[in-house]
Amino acid sequence: MSLIQAKNLSKEYKNGEVTTSVLKNITFSIKAGEFVAIMGPSGSGKSTLMHILGFLDALSSGEYLFNGKNVSTLSDDELALMRSREVGFVFQSFNLLSRTTVLDNTILPLMYTKDSRLEWEAKARVALEEVGLSHRLNHFSDQLSGGEKQRVAIARALINKPSIIFADEPTGNLDSKSGLQVMRILQKLNEEGKTIILVTHEKYTAEHAKRIIRIKDGQIFADETVRERQLADKTDELVK
Amino acid sequence: MNYLNSMHCAGKILAANKARSFLSMLGVIIGVMVVIIIISVGAGAQSLILNQIKSMGSNLVGILPGKSEDKGPPVAVMGVVVTTLKYEDGRAIMNRGNSHIVGVASYVRGIDTIIFGDTKTDTNFVGTTASMIYVEDAKVEYGRFFTEDEERSLARVVVLGSQTAGDLFTDEDPLGKQIRIKKTAFTIIGVMKPRGVSGFENQDDQIFVPLPTAQKLLLGINHVSFMRAKIDSGEYVDSSLEFIKDVLREQHGITDPENDDFTVQSAAQGLHALTQITNALRFFLAAVASIALVVGGFGIMNIMLAAVQERTKEIGLRKAVGAKHSDITRQFLVETVTITFFGGLLGIIFGLLISVVIAKVAQNMGYKWDLVITFSSVLLAVSVSVGIGLIFGIVPARRASRLSPIEALRYE
Repeated sequence: MSLIQAKNLSKEYKNGEVTTSVLKNITFSIKAGEFVAIMGPSGSGKSTLMHILGFLDALSSGEYLFNGKNVSTLSDDELALMRSREVGFVFQSFNLLSRTTVLDNTILPLMYTKDSRLEWEAKARVALEEVGLSHRLNHFSDQLSGGEKQRVAIARALINKPSIIFADEPTGNLDSKSGLQVMRILQKLNEEGKTIILVTHEKYTAEHAKRIIRIKDGQIFADETVRERQLADKTDELVK
Repeated sequence: MNYLNSMHCAGKILAANKARSFLSMLGVIIGVMVVIIIISVGAGAQSLILNQIKSMGSNLVGILPGKSEDKGPPVAVMGVVVTTLKYEDGRAIMNRGNSHIVGVASYVRGIDTIIFGDTKTDTNFVGTTASMIYVEDAKVEYGRFFTEDEERSLARVVVLGSQTAGDLFTDEDPLGKQIRIKKTAFTIIGVMKPRGVSGFENQDDQIFVPLPTAQKLLLGINHVSFMRAKIDSGEYVDSSLEFIKDVLREQHGITDPENDDFTVQSAAQGLHALTQITNALRFFLAAVASIALVVGGFGIMNIMLAAVQERTKEIGLRKAVGAKHSDITRQFLVETVTITFFGGLLGIIFGLLISVVIAKVAQNMGYKWDLVITFSSVLLAVSVSVGIGLIFGIVPARRASRLSPIEALRYE
């Protein structure tokens, strides 16, 4: 069974009389363990799609099944519970709390669970180990480099052991070396079995994924594995 | 998120934003401090008044014109002029010969200009009986007090309070000199020893003339304002009280005690009446001070609303990692209450310190000022400040919880 099933998913924004259609009849599915890049130019609707898939935003019409469960019937509190248990987010702008230590930033999602406080630090250590930052536990977030900040954000996304990690332009604010490091971590997590959905407009970032869904003007116009894509690109070059 | 987590979280956030936290606390600190100080100063001032009355002696019985009200003090205390007490009433009490009544002094008062040569000064004059000197335990510095004969014969003699004497006579001997009040010449026969301030009156800045003289020549009245009787021992105060009432009823031809046109009160009863007045005053002061607390509350609401704006992105993030509406509401409420609670504690500390300083200063100035700090005022201040946190924290907390996670995350 697919982890994510989107059927005719649409999203409209109403601003007075004007209705803007951001997503139009999007249908696709993602299985557990996939590494999918949703790629498209800015304004294509890729972030909105990620927000809907990550239970942050509601869809206007269509159906979104998560693990077979219809998400549009869930209440606000149930959606909060889904965000707490099933997903972890990594944002372009890191979104770490300033003047707060790496440890406290990492354990933020645990505050909204029934986890015992005694285990918080141990869990944070495991998650930070995963991104290679366990030695920075008591540093303040403001003292970290951009790459380190994003790795803390990944640790934060991991700490609740979610089914999926959503990464929204995770390399957008990073230099290419740090960006590559972050992508390597995401790849490693995927190899360990995590489902990862990456949103990006950069081709070379998207190519770290195994599958690329291309979106333009709110519609899917390509859905292919990276291998297929690379072959197709090569064919294009040969034809030229 | 449970309350423990909320408090842990609030503590970290407030510690991370020390300046903002302190500024939000400031209103509550000042509010609570003012409440504590005012309550303490009110109680101190009350103790000052009561101590002074006590120092006049608990063996004193006051006789006031007008019927006693069931509740509160007799109207004469409130400044209403009642003319039912006469000079003769005091004499009648003494003449009936109750061995426990040591003396009865009657009083009238006025303010007038006294003239000595080219010097003029406004002063309080007291028309009283010769018995006043031992009823009040007053002492004459030099010269003498007037006699009963002088009192009855409308003698134009005057005894000066120590301060008045000093004001009028810098290096001359006042004895035998003449001063004029309302064109009547009085001969100075004595100067009193300093007695200090008592019952909000400077006892030394007044002059004493025989009561009938004051009635006829200075005031043109034939009633007395009040009388004081001195009882030989505290245990006979109650019986003497009844004795005086009987004499006065007889003097005034009253058969039914319901129709009494006078009030006889022991110092203890007088204290009780005065306590009621000062209590009302303290309550009023505390109510005024509470306004300061409410203003502090609005200050906190203001800062918390600004904090919600400033922390929109943080709220969005918290929602993204699983916070429910109620979690956000609770977090902001706990933060506000933490601010007001610690603000309240600091306010109490400063308030107590300043109260102690005020009491010490007053005591050093010679006032019998007790340092009064009641546990209830401290408890009230803390609970009010926490209550303010709850009330004024609700609006910002709800606003924060209602933010959509997406809008909040996009907020720059």
